[in-house]
Order: sequence, then C-alpha cells, then structure tokens
Amino acid sequence: MTAVNATRRAPLLTVYSVLVFAFIYLPIIVLVVYSFNRDGVGGFPPKHLTLDWYRQLFADGPIWNSVLNSLMVAGGAVALSLALGLLAALALDRATFPGKALFRRLVLLPLILPGIITGLSLLMFAVFSGMQLSLLTVFLGHGTALISVATTELFAGLQKMDRAQEEASLDLGATPWQTFWRVTLPHLKLSLIAAGLLIFTLSMDEIAVTFFLTGRDNTLPLEIWGRLRRGITPEINAVSTLIFGVSVALIVIWYRIRTRGLGTATQELLEEP
Amino acid sequence: MYSRAYKAIVSLPPLVWVGLFLLLPYALMFTHSFWAVRDGFLVHQWNLQNYRKLFENPVYAAVLLRTMRIAASVTLCSLLLGYPLAYYLSFYAAARKELLYQLVIVPLWVSYLVRGYAWKTILGSDGVLNGFLQYVHITREPVGFLLYSPFAVVLMLTHIYTPFVFLPIYASLEHIPRPLVEASQDLGASPRVTFFRVILPLSLPGLLAGATFAFLLSLGDFLAPMLVGGPSSTMIANIVQSLFGSAYDWPLGAAISACILMITISLLFLTERLEKHWSFK
Repeated sequence: MTAVNATRRAPLLTVYSVLVFAFIYLPIIVLVVYSFNRDGVGGFPPKHLTLDWYRQLFADGPIWNSVLNSLMVAGGAVALSLALGLLAALALDRATFPGKALFRRLVLLPLILPGIITGLSLLMFAVFSGMQLSLLTVFLGHGTALISVATTELFAGLQKMDRAQEEASLDLGATPWQTFWRVTLPHLKLSLIAAGLLIFTLSMDEIAVTFFLTGRDNTLPLEIWGRLRRGITPEINAVSTLIFGVSVALIVIWYRIRTRGLGTATQELLEEP
Repeated sequence: MYSRAYKAIVSLPPLVWVGLFLLLPYALMFTHSFWAVRDGFLVHQWNLQNYRKLFENPVYAAVLLRTMRIAASVTLCSLLLGYPLAYYLSFYAAARKELLYQLVIVPLWVSYLVRGYAWKTILGSDGVLNGFLQYVHITREPVGFLLYSPFAVVLMLTHIYTPFVFLPIYASLEHIPRPLVEASQDLGASPRVTFFRVILPLSLPGLLAGATFAFLLSLGDFLAPMLVGGPSSTMIANIVQSLFGSAYDWPLGAAISACILMITISLLFLTERLEKHWSFK
C-alpha cells in the first residue's frame, strides 16, 4: 500500500507549485528591490543602491500626516467593531429574536459585497443624514463594515467555549456581569486579539469604502492613490515596502498568538483529519 | 441559562447599529434607484426610468458583459493557480506543509494597493519587465500592450485572489479522509483516476467557495481598471463611480449598484444551494 502522507514525488506538480509561489512573490520582491534603486522605478538590472528614497520619505510631511489619519481611523474602527461584534456574536450565540437569520446575513454582507456598494450606500446615508464627510465618516464606515470580521471571529470563539464554566460561575453566586468579565471575556481573549489585528490591518489598507467617505483628510492608501495618478517614484516603493514590513510583523504576532491558543480554526486546518 | 435582560442587552445595541448604519444605507441605495435628477438636482420622484435606461442603452450591457468576462477569467486563472498549489500542499508537501501554508497566507495581508502598484511598475512601457526583456535581448523596443489592458486587470486581480481561492480549497482537501484515497489506490485505481473520481469531487465545496469569492470580488472592483486597466477595460463599477462623481447621476448609479447587489445575492444563494448539494457527510 502506498502511504499517502509519506513524501511522494510528483515532479511536475512540484515545479508548478514553485512557479505559483514565484508568481505570488515576484511583484513584492520587485517592489522592495526597486525602493533602493537610485535611477527610479523600471529599467533592468537595478543598480546604484541607495537609501535616498527612504530619506525623502521620512521628510515627507503629507505622507506622515496620512499615516497618522489612518492610525486614528484604524484604532477607532478596531474599538467600535470589536465592541459591536462581541455583542453581535453573543446575540447570535445565545439569544433568539425575530429576524435573527436576516441579522446574521446583514452583518456579514460587507464582507462579501464589493466595497463600492457598501461605500456608496454609506455615502448616501451620510448625505441623507446631513453628516459632513470627514475622517469621522471614514471611521464610522470602517467600524461598521468590519463588524462582520469581528462577529465571525468572536462567534467562532464562543462556539468553542464550554458553557458549563459560565453555569458554574452563575451557580456559585456570581452576577451575570461578573461572569461576563471573569469567565466569558478571558475565554475570548485570543479571538479578540486576532480579530483586532485583522481589523486593524484591513482598515489600514481599506480604499474602496474610504474613497467615497473621506473629506479633505487623506488616509495613507488614498494619499498613495493620489500620488499614483500623478506618476510613480521609488518613494512609493519605499512606503509600500514599509507597509509590507509592518504587515509581515503583524502576521508573525498573529501566528504567535494563534499557535499558543489551542483549538483555533487555523490549527484545526493544519491538523491531520 | 441566560436571563431575558442579558439577551436584550447583548442583542439590542448591534441590532440598532446594524439597522441604522447598514440596513438603512443599503435601503437608501434601492430608494435612490427609483428617484431622478432634474437640472442637476436630486428629486424624490418615484419612477423606473433608471432601470429602463440600463436596458435600453446597449453600453451598459456591453460593460456588464466585459466585467463578467474579466471576473470569469480571474476566477478561472485563480483556480488554475490555487487548486494545484492546494493539492500539492495537502498531499505532497509533508513536513514543509505548515511553512508553505503560511507563505501563501502572507500576501493576503499585504495591501491591495501595494500589490496593484507593484504590477504597474512591472508592466509599464518603461517598467521592470520591459527593462528585463531588453536587457536579455528578447525585444528591442518596449512592449506597450502589457499595461493598460484587460490583460493587466486580469493579471493583477488573479494575483490578489489566488490566495483567497487557495484557502477554502486547501481546507476541503485537508478534510478528505485519507483512508478513502488509500482505498481507491488499493483497489487498483491509477493516481489520475483517484484524483478525478475521489479527490476532486470531495473538494468541490471548497472549490466552489473560492470561485464564488474571486468572482464576486472581481465583479465589483473599480480600482484595478483605474490603476492598470485603462479605458479599454472599464468595468461596471467604474461606471457607477463616475455616475456618483463627475457625471452626477446618483439615481442611475444606484440602479446599477442595485443590479450588482442582486447579482451578488442571487449568486450567493445559488452557491449555497450547490454547496449543500455537493457537501459530503
């Protein structure tokens, strides 16, 4: 009998997989390499390595302004969507109310709908309710759209939780409030951190919804977008490389947390069935 | 075990919030699609003109068709790249499995814009690829057709959605009980037959989920055509965007959005049905 899980050889498939990996990573590598290229983006091979573009980037006021705006929006979006996502997950897990099925679908809709639809709907709502477009509307938009991510992640966490512990806490005389703070929430710690990191990254990168909801202040992706329309310089490579670095750092943190928390979805995926 | 008060406290805030900031905005999209613009002003006059325009003017159907073609190409290419990769990881990667899995995940976290920009610098007429081609003397003149074409849009979106397509396929391949595969081999089936009669059918739900995701997200994309597409690859969402911007016809834009919304929801409904039908118990 052939052991399925022993290393078997499939030379063609292996070569193909390597090529797919090359396709996935080549653009990113090109991007990073050309951020050090003195003569700009393009031309081959890259020569005259320099840090000038990074120097220029660090002296670039508008970019750092937009980074600050993005950080504020993302921080706010994390707080808002985690708070509402936690309640929504608890409601879906424990409460019954009319329209529950509709509610579940509605919450998840921004995850699967094209960003332009959600963005424009929120724009119409802002105009309809007389709100000025600003970073506040961007924050409300991100926070609302990303409730979907928080709810999915936290609902999965709740499903894995052993209800008996909450029961025990209540039976032993703790109030529901105490039980929530001292039993339920600590159980969800990993899900909360993972969801928070994911929401933060998604918000920092969001462009389709932001496009329609922003006023005069730019977020980082919109600032880059605006510059792309004017022409490309390695300075954009430099800032992209930094974004890439930060994303990778966040993934590493995320995986550290995930691997420590047993029984998470990723772990299950990796385990042998 | 949870009191009525507890249930009310956890249910009410998200219900109210989602009702106010999601349901109402989506509903506004639908109501706008039945309104009109007169002399540059939005008037709340109920009519079906916007939908009639969509059906009567062939431009919209043509762009929608092109959008569908681009989205279908992206889906097909992502499947052709993502499925074999997932199959390799699940059945052949052995000890390197976890590392490789994480290598596929990493780009998922890398900014959409950054990756689109990377393709722009690669494909441009004075870009990296043209520089390379001239450096190795394959071409003498820069090749101009790479950037600003539907090809570039498909390439960029495929690059973005391949990891998305990979994930559910990999998950469904991992859930195939290995004894089934072994039984097929023991009973004398060739690897080819085992793949097509055992593995592929059992991974269909994952394949379907990945394909739906890639198709729907490409369908509503308006950034890729603006970034790398050029006028020959205007997609339906670009029309919506211009109607909400310079062209200023919100009701018509809302009508197109409502159509995209309906297409999305009916496709989701359909795949949910198919997935139930195909899923293996």
